Amino acid sequence: MRDLKAVGKKFVHVMYPKKSSALLRDWDLWGPLVLCVSLALMLQGGAADSKDDGGPQFAEVFVIIWFGAVVITLNSKLLGGTISFFQSLCVLGYCVLPLTVAMLVCRLVLLAGNGTVSFIIRLIVVVAMFAWSTLASTAFLADSQPPNRKALVVYPIFLFYFVISWMILTFTPQ
Amino acid sequence: MAAADDLKFQEFDDAANLLAANPGATTISIDEPVQIPKNQRSRLQEPGREEDDELLGTDDSDKTELLAGQKKSAPFWTFDYYQTFFDVDTYQVLDRIKGSVFPVPGKNFVRLYIRSNPDLYGPFWICATLVFTIAVSGNLSNFFIHLGKPTYHYVPEFRKVSIAATTIYAYAWLVPLALWGFLMWRNSKVMNIVSYSFLEIVCVYGYSLFVYIPTAMLWIIPERVVRWVLMMFSLCLSGSVLVMTFWPAVRDDNRRIALATVGTIILLHALLSVGCLAYFFDAPEVDFPAPIIPAHNGTTVITKSVSKVTTPVSPSVQ
Repeated sequence: MRDLKAVGKKFVHVMYPKKSSALLRDWDLWGPLVLCVSLALMLQGGAADSKDDGGPQFAEVFVIIWFGAVVITLNSKLLGGTISFFQSLCVLGYCVLPLTVAMLVCRLVLLAGNGTVSFIIRLIVVVAMFAWSTLASTAFLADSQPPNRKALVVYPIFLFYFVISWMILTFTPQ
Repeated sequence: MAAADDLKFQEFDDAANLLAANPGATTISIDEPVQIPKNQRSRLQEPGREEDDELLGTDDSDKTELLAGQKKSAPFWTFDYYQTFFDVDTYQVLDRIKGSVFPVPGKNFVRLYIRSNPDLYGPFWICATLVFTIAVSGNLSNFFIHLGKPTYHYVPEFRKVSIAATTIYAYAWLVPLALWGFLMWRNSKVMNIVSYSFLEIVCVYGYSLFVYIPTAMLWIIPERVVRWVLMMFSLCLSGSVLVMTFWPAVRDDNRRIALATVGTIILLHALLSVGCLAYFFDAPEVDFPAPIIPAHNGTTVITKSVSKVTTPVSPSVQ
């Protein structure tokens, strides 16, 4: 119960990113795991033609999120960051929450139709959530970097969430 | 000739001695988080140099550690060893990218920008960006080309991301490895003036790939001529960076070997860009083949869509 409350508190922190270090101090990976699994599940059932050229499989989404988070953490540590490995993983994982919400909204919108209007709505939602994710994780992670290397650390985070947003936006149902 | 060149390379070791011998020399201190003030500048170079100096560049453009030998002393199984490869600041990375996109004719990229501080940040993240840019642009371009065709159903083509990643990372790491091995082998036979470490070669290749990122984004335009012009242009830019880097390293070798080496470098580079264009981007005028439908009179007709106009073709199939 205590752990559930901690996870819930962190979700709230991500949606309203203030400069608090509660996320950084008590890291846990439950939230990222739940988010990653639910995002990967929602990305299933995408269109695929006979050449099997469809959307990402469950394992691919999983690997992209975790491997991407590990690589970004290693990158920030190699550049001289002071944040610990698991704290960084925790922050990056929790900041996938806005994109998971975007995926949920996209699936609901796709239930209503697959035309141009639905695409525009999905585009706006995904772009907004992508910006939210990137800003939230930057707000948490930027302070632990040396000041003349901040952009070098923020860019891979931007790329990471961009790839996830692309997967969400290009999801087309069967 | 040899004496001047020997002296030039000794300057890296003797810079500290020179300063000790001449404490009144003008020094420039750069505001940077290193312990040693940067004192080496073009003052330490001898006047009246010849074209080697032009090609090999001056020390001005990048800030290097004076005692570069102390940099990589950590054993390779510690984290600090790998941290030395990420010892770059934002402006340094941006400078190196700028140097790869606007190659100054006659200036060597390695000498000008890397200057014994090769980093792995640039090559790794430029390759990662290029992988996703090519995959996303290819997908977008195919979407726009086939938009409106009745038989087309959009697929995200996610397989292509892993193919792109394998290709680009293999190119950016295996080709430098082969080139470095080849240069080492030639160095043992012919005393070359210029030799590069493996990381410097990886660096040059990584940064030279940067110009393909905007090119890939512009390849979305579905015009064949535009795409080929773009490819020629970016091939020239990044190829010139590579050529100007490696020509001094093979120049003193046997003429034919030198030309063959530089030719192979350019050929592989061209193969990469042509291959990416051909595989990830559908040709603009290719007809999207429709499935075979049985016609009313019993003969099989293949319906070809030619720019949204469907015309039945005679049963002679291709």
